[in-house]
Amino acid sequence: MNRLLVSNGLILDPVTQSVKTSNIYIADGNIIAIDHEPDGFEAELSIDATGLVISPGLVDLCARLREPGLEFKADIHSEVTAAASAGITTLCCPPDTDPVIDEPAVVELIHRKAANAANTRVLTLGALTRGLEGQLLSEMAILKAAGCVGVSNSRRPVSNTLILRRAYSYAANCGITLFIEPDEHWLSKGGCAHDGKVATRLGLQGIPVSAETVAISRALELILETGARAHFGRLSSAHGVELIRRAKERGMAITADVSAHQLFLSEMDINSFNSMCHVLPPLRSQRDMEALREAVKDGVIDAICSDHQPHEPDAKQAPFASTQAGISSLETLLPLTLRLVHEQVVPTYTALSLLSTQPAAILGIDAGVLATNRPADICIYDPEQDWQLDTSTMLSRGKNTPFEGWNFQGKVRHTIIDGRLVYTT
Amino acid sequence: MANKSTRPTDPLIGNDSWNIQLDSNGRLKHFLTIEGLGSEILTSILDTAESFANVNEQRVKKVPLLRGKTIVNLFFEASTRTRTTFELAAKRLSADILNINISTSATTKGESLLDTLQNLQAMLCDMFIVRHSDSGAAHFIAGNVAPHVSVINAGDGRHAHPTQAMLDMFTIRRNKGRDFGGLRVAIVGDLLHSRVARSQIHALNILNTGDVRVIAPKTLLPTNIEDMGVSIYNDLEAGIKDADVIIMLRLQKERMQGAFLPSEHEYYSQYGLTEDRLRAARDDAIVMHPGPINRGVEIESRVADGEHSVILDQVTYGISVRMAVMSMVLGREPEHNATETD
Repeated sequence: MNRLLVSNGLILDPVTQSVKTSNIYIADGNIIAIDHEPDGFEAELSIDATGLVISPGLVDLCARLREPGLEFKADIHSEVTAAASAGITTLCCPPDTDPVIDEPAVVELIHRKAANAANTRVLTLGALTRGLEGQLLSEMAILKAAGCVGVSNSRRPVSNTLILRRAYSYAANCGITLFIEPDEHWLSKGGCAHDGKVATRLGLQGIPVSAETVAISRALELILETGARAHFGRLSSAHGVELIRRAKERGMAITADVSAHQLFLSEMDINSFNSMCHVLPPLRSQRDMEALREAVKDGVIDAICSDHQPHEPDAKQAPFASTQAGISSLETLLPLTLRLVHEQVVPTYTALSLLSTQPAAILGIDAGVLATNRPADICIYDPEQDWQLDTSTMLSRGKNTPFEGWNFQGKVRHTIIDGRLVYTT
Repeated sequence: MANKSTRPTDPLIGNDSWNIQLDSNGRLKHFLTIEGLGSEILTSILDTAESFANVNEQRVKKVPLLRGKTIVNLFFEASTRTRTTFELAAKRLSADILNINISTSATTKGESLLDTLQNLQAMLCDMFIVRHSDSGAAHFIAGNVAPHVSVINAGDGRHAHPTQAMLDMFTIRRNKGRDFGGLRVAIVGDLLHSRVARSQIHALNILNTGDVRVIAPKTLLPTNIEDMGVSIYNDLEAGIKDADVIIMLRLQKERMQGAFLPSEHEYYSQYGLTEDRLRAARDDAIVMHPGPINRGVEIESRVADGEHSVILDQVTYGISVRMAVMSMVLGREPEHNATETD
């Protein structure tokens, strides 16, 4: 279908912060008009969006699809299908697949499989160092040419600071953005929970906040010296936020994101060894969670991502420290972020901007806006629908979520990607 | 130097971590952690242990309370003392007991903990006594056994060792009387890695101990331990001043490798309990240790073997306390409105 009409929806534009009830006309993948019907437009498919919100499609900065390498957990087809049902029109996959995304063949494999799945668009980050081993530079220029939108060493360590400095410098030379998951390996190694009162009580090995702040500080100094463009992902602590805030105040062109679950859960939630709350970076104190919310509110944090990590059931069936970290979170990204709106942390515009316009800008892609002659990536949701998360109805193959049974308001009804209706309910 | 002592008051903490331990009548179904149990349950364990102490002193040291019950000692971590006292306790209660040392069998063949558990459960046993190197392992197992099976935690990672803590409370009560309100108790050593200390701290606070102190170098103190209701000392002599009870913890030799401490020698020079230093405590202070002791590392031989030491009594009492816990857990009345089936 080439021509699509979305009629009578509540168009929420996070860029202009405007809202109006109107129509969107789509042809050949693009929005060709808003409000006024173009001459001779004949819709092949019409969507009545009365009472529904029309938002730019969501752009998720970090989702692990488990393919290649861990197909027993999930695969590209299953996860992009889940993503599309959650209103996510673009997602970015970090390089820690197996094999690692450090050569064009892997990039091509992922892009091809994603194209075949014909759902959410999948972007990739290339490895910063070969094999993510922190020793040799990856072929960043070639990876960029193959389609990688950035480079990252994921959460794997680059212990040698000189190598890290050269990697940043070389990335700057290639004009490719660094995606940094700040973690000082020596401080976090072996840990599975925030180094605080709950870990102490439960006898779990803690990960101190300094694991994040030492890594951020080191990276910031190297960014200053090398001129690399950088994005900090998955902040977890008040002190980490403070470092980013100060760097931004100094005029550094950096950005940052937080995963949605960090805005709703804290160390308290691992209370009775709940392995669903085993995540990295760990859920920190209530105070840290409040600081992250504050940073989302005042713009120090630029984007909210899912940090999706689907697992097979066995991965969570063990004593806490022996379980694998991560939450299957594509399908809670929008619901949790809308909850921030209901809890009056941010207005709807800001929430949608954090999920679409701003992450698209971080990735440097043409997405995240509702405007004529721009790609028709659109998320249409019912803002009033109340529902409860039931893992048996999740489309992701990973059912590992601590949000089972949570009540949410707002549910995706249609997802349009590249002008194609890929999900509807 | 001492931080303000606070009792844990946060209602959000530990809300359900112990619920799994109690049946619908509020009795012990599992014994996983001291945390969250009421003082009446702890006192009842101590009183029951007292009655078994007499059995243990008789010529025929056996009662038929658990005849026909099958108990499995499931040890994923090496242990001699704890395993042996559980075994003796089970035998004195006339239960059948099976020792399984998993560290050298199933898990090295790649079997998951859950698989191991289900296989053993298929052998129709009534109780698992579990030791595992992961914190939370006993909770995990208790959450996955059939409804009729009980679990006793014999030590999980750094988290809890509740029977050890109870035998320590028993030892204190025998020496210092039933009222803990006026007692000053100092726990000395590697708090960071100690499940024993965590359980002791919970037990002492539940029994309303007047002053619970922890003494350790900063590298061996867990973050925010003051939230568990203790005051912190980094100096041994200041910490044990006027103490009624001094509990020494074992220092593992591998702590030098992780750069927690420079040397055993230095540790002894700062934190070793010598006769000389012991004078800071009350004249009638008792010295305890969960064992095995490192002479000349955390404690001087003259103290370990001296008149203040009750270390060997602790081992003896361990049998009575474990008999008490096992009989309370397995000897429960059936739950009314029970809907449990296998």
